[in-house]
Amino acid sequence: MPVLKHEILAIRDSADVVLVRQRVRHLAQEAGFSLIDQTKIVTAASELARNTLDYGGGGRVTMEVLNDGVRRGLRLTFRDEGPGIPDIELALRDGFTTGNGLGLGLGGARRLVNEFRIESKPGAGTTVVIARWR
Amino acid sequence: MERIPILKMGAFLLVTIQVDMHDRLALALQDDLTSRIAQTNARGVLIDISSLEIVDSFIGRMIANIAAMARVLDAETVVVGMQPAVAITLVELGLSLPGVRTALNVERGMALLEAALAPVRNGTADASLET
Repeated sequence: MPVLKHEILAIRDSADVVLVRQRVRHLAQEAGFSLIDQTKIVTAASELARNTLDYGGGGRVTMEVLNDGVRRGLRLTFRDEGPGIPDIELALRDGFTTGNGLGLGLGGARRLVNEFRIESKPGAGTTVVIARWR
Repeated sequence: MERIPILKMGAFLLVTIQVDMHDRLALALQDDLTSRIAQTNARGVLIDISSLEIVDSFIGRMIANIAAMARVLDAETVVVGMQPAVAITLVELGLSLPGVRTALNVERGMALLEAALAPVRNGTADASLET
């Protein structure tokens, strides 16, 4: 699938989470997303960037503007080399948290996008890929 | 460190969040507001979030915490000005902010706080609450 634009941002502290929100907003606007679609993907990105920081010990996000011939989309890949998630099904469940949050991050982010994929192994880090189409 | 200003107006505290808050700033606001309620004997807190372009679970939790702490300190909280796209996203995310009063704008939010305080001012509630 043609990638129209490609950017990478490091996620090292909570100011980077804000920066991720701002870049995702910018790219979603460029891709022609409606205000509601922009808000959904920015919110999902905020949840996942915070997870990368709090649970993955930091990492990076790759942001891609896609064109499948008919419509435009935005794909975000969050990658960390942290401890990984032992039980992904459990981590996706609303209300489950090992931190001090509400446990809505992963499950909530999944509800806000069209595509969601997670790969994680204990000791090998976590990769979360989300995409939203216009 | 950067701080979000808290204004005192009569018995109420007013906060307008105009920046894209990072998590530490949100936590600082939560702490600052709680101590200001206690210091000033405030009876109401109005938080204007009309400039916020997103409310994620962290900011949502901060808002819910502020309302809960204010309630324990005998103050009402009202959140005003949430953008429609933010409201739609927040509910889809799974957050409905139970226990948090909301109003469309500052004017209606102030009216809500005034109404909540009215029984106290009219002397129908426990008079010892008056300061």
